[in-house]
Amino acid sequence: MKFSQKHLLGIAELSKSDILTILDLTENFRQVLDRPIPIVPALRGKTIVNLFFEPSTRTATSFAIAAKRLSADSVSFAVKSSSVTKGETLLDTAKNIEAMKVGGVVIRSSYPGAAHFLAQRLDGFVVNAGDGAHEHPTQALSDVYTIKEHIRKFEGLKVLIVGDIAHSRVARSDILAFSKLGAKIAICGPPTLMPIGIEQTGCEIFYKLDHILTEVDVVQVLRLQLERQQAGLFPSIREYRSLYGLTKERLAKLKKPLTIMHPGPINWGVELDPEVSVSPHSVILEQVKNGVALRMAVLYLLAGRIDPSSMRPDSGGEIDTKE
Amino acid sequence: MNACEIKRTLNRIAAEIKKRNKTIEELVFIGIKRRGATLAQRLAKILSPPPTSPYKRGRSKVGVPVGAIDITLYRDDLQLVAEIPIVRGSEINFDINDKIVILVDDVLFTGRTIRAALAEIVDFGRPKAIQLAVLIDRGHRELPIAADYIGKKIKTKKEDLVDIFVTEEDNKEGVFISRR
Amino acid sequence: MIPKSKLTLAGGIIIDPVNKNQYQSDIYIEDGIIKKIGKNIKVKDAKIIAIKDKYIAPGFIDLHAHLREPGREDEETIKTGAYAALAGGFTKVCCMPNTEPPIDNEGVVKFILQESARAGYALVLPIGAATKGRRGEEISEIGNLVNAGIVAVSDDGNPISNPFVMRRVLEYSKIFNQLVISHCEVKTLSANGVMNEGIVSTRLGLRGIPDIAESAMVYEHILLADYTKSQLHVAHVSTKKSVEIIRWAKQQGIDITCETCPHYFSLTDEACSTFDTNYKVNPPLRTKTDVEAIKEALADGTIDALATDHAPHLASEKEVEFDLAPFGMIGLETAFSLGYEELVMKRYLDLIDYIAKLTVEPARILKLEPPLITIGKPANLVIFDTKIKWIYPKESIHSKSQNSPFIGKELKGKVLRVVMGEQLFEF
Repeated sequence: MKFSQKHLLGIAELSKSDILTILDLTENFRQVLDRPIPIVPALRGKTIVNLFFEPSTRTATSFAIAAKRLSADSVSFAVKSSSVTKGETLLDTAKNIEAMKVGGVVIRSSYPGAAHFLAQRLDGFVVNAGDGAHEHPTQALSDVYTIKEHIRKFEGLKVLIVGDIAHSRVARSDILAFSKLGAKIAICGPPTLMPIGIEQTGCEIFYKLDHILTEVDVVQVLRLQLERQQAGLFPSIREYRSLYGLTKERLAKLKKPLTIMHPGPINWGVELDPEVSVSPHSVILEQVKNGVALRMAVLYLLAGRIDPSSMRPDSGGEIDTKE
Repeated sequence: MNACEIKRTLNRIAAEIKKRNKTIEELVFIGIKRRGATLAQRLAKILSPPPTSPYKRGRSKVGVPVGAIDITLYRDDLQLVAEIPIVRGSEINFDINDKIVILVDDVLFTGRTIRAALAEIVDFGRPKAIQLAVLIDRGHRELPIAADYIGKKIKTKKEDLVDIFVTEEDNKEGVFISRR
Repeated sequence: MIPKSKLTLAGGIIIDPVNKNQYQSDIYIEDGIIKKIGKNIKVKDAKIIAIKDKYIAPGFIDLHAHLREPGREDEETIKTGAYAALAGGFTKVCCMPNTEPPIDNEGVVKFILQESARAGYALVLPIGAATKGRRGEEISEIGNLVNAGIVAVSDDGNPISNPFVMRRVLEYSKIFNQLVISHCEVKTLSANGVMNEGIVSTRLGLRGIPDIAESAMVYEHILLADYTKSQLHVAHVSTKKSVEIIRWAKQQGIDITCETCPHYFSLTDEACSTFDTNYKVNPPLRTKTDVEAIKEALADGTIDALATDHAPHLASEKEVEFDLAPFGMIGLETAFSLGYEELVMKRYLDLIDYIAKLTVEPARILKLEPPLITIGKPANLVIFDTKIKWIYPKESIHSKSQNSPFIGKELKGKVLRVVMGEQLFEF
């Protein structure tokens, strides 16, 4: 199985075939998760550190479960998240981790490039669990997998991402992942939340939601961070919801099937109305379920990276190479 | 071994399985991917009653249940191979609790594949017994594993290559040994 | 009197950027003064340095460097900075006032001049703070500072954001005919940005600094300079829009000058893609279009001079996440080579005009004597080789800090020696 990367730092570094490899593997791990004993010994003896500088119960737990399902040890590195009690620099943290000789690190940071920083300094593998507004590759891969399961094709698929694109790492990773697989992306939000130059990635930009919503097959609704309103980027939550919220009124007007996604956590009543959660269109819970299997696939692929100098000499070829 | 010999051998093994276990009711076959799975299919077919026979449990009126497992995730040498092995997925769509599992593989060599398969099977449930059937036993065991049913025992050097071809996978049939 | 030192530089090509010509000639220097210029000079007992096919030019002048002393001697000192300047061919280097304490009182000015003299390397020319503490509120005691020896005023590091204050600074400086150097950055637009705002910053998820944060203030300050008939110099021009505004201003006859730095024509914002903080500078690296505009502006004279904006930082400060790193890269030792490769080799400037950007223009802007190589003058010379290719090695960086993205890269053209008075430095 060819996987070109030593780390998972972003979708930007992945080829289409890398993405498909991960998706195929995720399928297998979904099966494992359905077994009575949903654990395989594949990564036994490996230690994977969760380094979460931004609090996140959901993603951190997802990675921890994924690691344990592979029989790896999952350890959390306690870090001070307040900038007041500054604690160690990322460099010092990296050196400490290196000294403890762990297999790999899953890092979430508020700063873009944090995962790259570690990857350059650690022997083990690094998984980016979200670095500032830059990328969140496992979320995007999980989203892509959910669509693969649900719709099964990407060529010509029309995907819409609605919300605060400018500050969203999920949007960036989704745009890359869906594009690489041949889908067409539209993005919608207020111009104040639209990053400069985004049209150069091939996306079509819309400032109004209603029409484009009826033209697409899939919509990913992004969480609106309420602090953005304080920063003066839009006048009020009420106005945001009326312009960009996936409200029950908009839901009622849908004529063709629309798959609705949201990476979570959801501001009910702001970007999504509660009616969506019981709508047959929503795949939001599946996104979560698929997340564990997806992360198992990622950890399996990266922890399988071996230092060639530790390879055994050939013992007649046979050890179980049932290929 | 040629195609005829393989057929004869499988028939003999099937007969042995039936003789030892007395009944085919509790039997389930699990083959180790890929060729072990093919052989398991064939053995199950040989032992399955013709469609008209009644079956007490009524689980599958079609024949003896057959499943296949991929042992990649249970290998003990994952850390030592150059490329990440392809995971093919396991399909065991029946309950194995209290059943007699006939584990089937094409070649028994070091025994490590079988160890991995045993570890995987017990994660699916608790069988009454597991019996091992192999087409070829080529010696050089590294673990204390022995087959209950052996098609043919052959003497090989450790460096030799033993290749099994089955029509379903390779469009030809036969067992070939090549010396390095 | 018996001369103590006799030095003949033989076989080199002298570049005279003032009169815009070059000619092959030997130079004989006795006790630090140029005594003879001509072919085949033979002087008994003189030390001869053969420099066939190498060029001799007047020592370069850097309008813009940060030498960190007083306050951050861990990053750079006047001594190490002045030596690094020599290694880059600069025999005069202006130091910006964002030290701790800032250069807003005569004590600091005198200290710097003293340290420079003690070191005996490049001559350090202090730039005084335009406002007290560089806070952008009250004019500093410019008269006092001029008396102590500053050559210009600036709040660099910071912009003077309040146009009212900038107006008063420009007006007040006229008493002393002082140059006001402006770091143009509308802070409310640059708003915590860390790199140029564009497709690259969008891709990387980093907050962007729009180009108009620079050009808007360039325009505003030019209008103020014209209105008050004062002397404005725009620091580190980095954008096409700024270039267009400056070109327009000059066409209108407005008397302003400006500079750019090598990184603004040898790198683009793409370089930030690896999150290497050595590419984090302010103003930030811009787009290909801006780079092209900068080069053309140097070619047509819109941009008068080349400066370095040498900004040393400790490895511990730079080796952090991109958002957290301080802005700046060192540049004294690589400036000449980068300019040579990007401007001369790529035919935007011929060699003489390029050297002028490092010598004649800075001298004119600072109202110093034109840099002539003539008999009777103290020797102030840089010797460089244009054919050489070299790798910029980390171990032999002369600056105290090593925050340069060019380490390990191949550079073209190199400064070989500097002659200052009786001193000869080899690099």
